[in-house]
Amino acid sequence: MAEDGKDDSVATDDDSDLTAADGSLNNTMVEEGSTLLRRMEICVAEAEKRSGKNAVSMQETFTVYLIETRPMDAVAEGRNPAPDSLWRRYSEFELLRNYLIVTYPYIVVPPLPEKRAEFVWHKLSADNMDPDFVERRRVGLENFLLRVASHPVLSNDKILYHFLTEEHGWKEVVYETGFQAKADSRLRALSATFRVRNPDKRFMEMKHYSDELQSHTSQLLRARARVADRLYGVYKVHGNYGRVFSEWSAIEKEMGDGLQSAGHHMDAYAASIDDILEEEEHYADQLKEYLSYAEALRAVCRKHELAQFELEMASQDLISKKQQREELATGIVRTFSFKGMTNKLFGQEAPEQREAKLKLLEELITEGEETVKEKTVECEEHVERAWVDMQRFKEQKDKDLREALINYTVMQISMCKKGIQVWSNAKECFLKM
Amino acid sequence: MSAGAPRGLASSGQKPITEILHPLSAAEETLSPGPDVTVSGGGEKDSGLTNGTPVETSSPASASLLFNRLQLDDDLDGDARDPYASTETRDLFVTVDDPKKHVSTMETYITYRVSTKTTRIEFDLPEYCMRRRYQDFDWLRIKLEDSQPTHLIPPLPEKFVMKGVVDRFSEEFVETRMKALDKFLKRVADHPVLSFNPHLNAFLSAKDLNKRQGLALLTKVGESVKHVAGGYKLRTRPPEFCAMGEYLDTFAQKLGTIDRIAQRILKEQSEYVTELREYGTVYSSWAGSEEELRRPLEGVAGCVTTCCGALEDLSENMSQDFLPVLREYVLYIESMKNVLRKRDQSQAEYEGRLEAAILRKQEDRTPMPVEVEKCQDKVECFNADLKADWERWQSNKRQDFKQLLTGIADKNINHYEKCQAAWESLITLLQEKQTEDKTSETN
Repeated sequence: MAEDGKDDSVATDDDSDLTAADGSLNNTMVEEGSTLLRRMEICVAEAEKRSGKNAVSMQETFTVYLIETRPMDAVAEGRNPAPDSLWRRYSEFELLRNYLIVTYPYIVVPPLPEKRAEFVWHKLSADNMDPDFVERRRVGLENFLLRVASHPVLSNDKILYHFLTEEHGWKEVVYETGFQAKADSRLRALSATFRVRNPDKRFMEMKHYSDELQSHTSQLLRARARVADRLYGVYKVHGNYGRVFSEWSAIEKEMGDGLQSAGHHMDAYAASIDDILEEEEHYADQLKEYLSYAEALRAVCRKHELAQFELEMASQDLISKKQQREELATGIVRTFSFKGMTNKLFGQEAPEQREAKLKLLEELITEGEETVKEKTVECEEHVERAWVDMQRFKEQKDKDLREALINYTVMQISMCKKGIQVWSNAKECFLKM
Repeated sequence: MSAGAPRGLASSGQKPITEILHPLSAAEETLSPGPDVTVSGGGEKDSGLTNGTPVETSSPASASLLFNRLQLDDDLDGDARDPYASTETRDLFVTVDDPKKHVSTMETYITYRVSTKTTRIEFDLPEYCMRRRYQDFDWLRIKLEDSQPTHLIPPLPEKFVMKGVVDRFSEEFVETRMKALDKFLKRVADHPVLSFNPHLNAFLSAKDLNKRQGLALLTKVGESVKHVAGGYKLRTRPPEFCAMGEYLDTFAQKLGTIDRIAQRILKEQSEYVTELREYGTVYSSWAGSEEELRRPLEGVAGCVTTCCGALEDLSENMSQDFLPVLREYVLYIESMKNVLRKRDQSQAEYEGRLEAAILRKQEDRTPMPVEVEKCQDKVECFNADLKADWERWQSNKRQDFKQLLTGIADKNINHYEKCQAAWESLITLLQEKQTEDKTSETN
């Protein structure tokens, strides 16, 4: 019930945000609650191969992507100004995403397209410079930007705006935020193993779900690649009929023409699989996006665990400090300790020493109480914000994947239709024999 | 002329069976190609029908009914199209069906029901129904080959005597063999000369066929020995027969390639189905961890399973209907080559004798011996028979492959249609849900 209530509130929040955005199109860039995409047209228009020197002065070849942006209001007013454009490398996209991950730990940050082609079937090139790969990556990067720019929180980030609009000096601005120091400590903490005492059940479930999503999408991608391989084989072997029919037709009289043209249709059948599988690659990319999304979802859950863990550690520390103070104040040692033993053996410390110690402990306890308070707020904030974004993600995922399945189904239907067409053509030829 | 000619010819054609090498009767036979050629030209529609029957007649219960229906259809067809053709070929109907397994202490074997319906006067009854086993078919074929050496005898399915290589009692094997035997017998029964052979008559109507079998095996041995002994060289082979030989070689090669391609496709398809099944399972297991997406994912899994089924049906059709016909034609080519060889042999014999006679003539001016002339007659009759059979074979082949390839196209279309229907029903389901969501959102 509680969750339902939250869902509702999220929905209404979104609505009010949207209306606010509609009403104030001319306002300044960073405005809480309206997505960037409503104010700006964004696309990754093209890719270009370049070569240059890298950090260690080695010659390298890389691909840059042209980002074009255009203010929406200009488009709406019917003016069609030339878009602002700038070039970015894949590594810069990566930097942007890393910055977003660190800065918004409670957001399921949209993933980038894969760095290297994975889950490929054998005919597909795994080369990073392959034009098909570059083109698919261009589409993927554009998709990433659109997702970030339409995200209710991420789209209002200044660094993002900078990334989209100013070619130079962006990297420096990113590094100035000091996100890397934060990132490093976070990373260390994330890689360490720890066990949370009171985990949030919802986050446990979500984490479990992210594992399942990841395993299912990767299994599916692997199975699809194998299916694609086999299907390719089935179609291409039919191409041999094309050759043998044509050779056979040379020794036939009445049957010759029919066989010859049927052979052409078999050639066409074999060739048709290239387009079919190329189109299917788009479906694979959609699945891959959600495979990476699963990772992002898990990261948010892990960060929650980390926050929870830090809170628990802080409170435990506080409790033990309070206990020490009590022991010191009352002189009763509740638990067996070496110190207690020495005290008993060698007598009590001087009262001045005790006073100083007590004072120090008091200080530490107030400090610890502050930390616990801080951590509690941080943790609660994370839970609240992360939960909102996870719900948003869930809705987006259901919608996207349903659409992907519909597209896949449409592709299958068109493949069947193509098959029927080719075989009907061949049948016509056979009937003429 | 049309109705009387073939029967008259055939009764005269019976003589050479008892006395195969008699040149005069053989010479009479050379008349037969005349009407034969026109028949094979005009009879295409009919032979298309007969070729179409084996699949249908595999149902044993309706066999005799089918005869009647067929006959009726053919009469109608004949009236409408070509009365000459229909009266010429349609007076002997044979069907092989209803395989039965017999287990005795000595051996286990399969018999097939051979049903005959005829109006020919050579048969005492208008209808027969016998059970024959593969051996009996083999006996018939050997007898035909012995008694009608100048003719192309259709092939029998392969023997597979080796135990363990093929399960000879599996349903699939028996079914395929039955179809091939049916095809063989129909081809013999449709042949204007072979169908009047008394051995066929005996095969179709005699109760006690087995008694003659021992003899048949002996003659076969004698015959094959004779073949091996024929080391001869031809002076000039007529170009048309050279062309036939070349054609057969190329055709056999192409059929071999097609057979290999088809098998490769079957292999690829079966591997594809294996992967596809697994692919479907992934969708259904994913469906288990989703809420909103459960039904769409289950739907996709269902569609994938349907496609697997459709593809398996296609593969089964290919391996049961397409491959056996290809293999039968490879055997058919072998039979044809065999006849070509025999023709060459008889030409060689004639040339040898002629040469000898010419030599003698130069020495003592004796007239050309009758022997040589007989040989020449024999070669000519051989040539004529072969040409007629060749024409008929070509026309049959054209019909058979037209039917076969059209069938394959149909089966592929059918497979795609099944898949398409499954996906289309899924898409309506997916889109319905989507519009539902949209309307609920607006509400």
